[in-house]
Amino acid sequence: MINILFFARYRDVLQQDQLQLNWQEQWQTLGDIRDHLVRQGSPWDVLEDPGIMCARNQDMCRLDTAVHKNDEIAFFPTVTGG
Amino acid sequence: MIDIRVQTARFDPGQLTAAAHGGDLAIGAVVCFTGYVRDFNQQKQVHSMFLEHFPGMTEKSLEKIALEARQRWPLQSIQILHRVGQLEQGEPIVFVATASAHREDAFNACAFVMDYLKTRAPFWKKEHTTDGSYWVDGRASDQAAAARWKQNGKESP
Repeated sequence: MINILFFARYRDVLQQDQLQLNWQEQWQTLGDIRDHLVRQGSPWDVLEDPGIMCARNQDMCRLDTAVHKNDEIAFFPTVTGG
Repeated sequence: MIDIRVQTARFDPGQLTAAAHGGDLAIGAVVCFTGYVRDFNQQKQVHSMFLEHFPGMTEKSLEKIALEARQRWPLQSIQILHRVGQLEQGEPIVFVATASAHREDAFNACAFVMDYLKTRAPFWKKEHTTDGSYWVDGRASDQAAAARWKQNGKESP
């Protein structure tokens, strides 16, 4: 399994704050999982946002960061705190 | 000392500023920054906002930023306080205090913490305006401000 969290605008558009997927052996990076979701069509195309940010096990990372079975990953729009 | 707080409650920047020295005689300079909810953003009248965050990761990210500041400058203490939830116009959102023997280190560390916080800590602002509510877009100028702290051409993600 892999647990995927969504925040802010993405959560609103997707109408869910988390999703669990069965692990697929071909997944190597967070970008692979993002691409898998985008292929499901609207509203998942919200994840094509050029400003997308992501985290793996609560550490900020990049789409080319390696992902492993049972990780918790998160996709979210560019942060706007402060 | 590193003090990280994420809270819904209002805070008094004056009280925190006065407490930042803490009677430590090695501290010669305390720099404090307070960010407030302003009435205007992206050309719309803002009356309040909601600040969403990623519980757990937020605290971890702020801690990481504080640790990095402490590696770069000799600091006696760093405090980062960020509010979440519903905030009204004119209320303080964020407070950063850096304390050091000398002012330059304290100034630089405070600016660094704010620049990194704005681009690396998982907070999102939803502004409530006279025309409805909308999520605030990330700014290229914030990314540029954070990029000036790059060391040896490298930057942590």
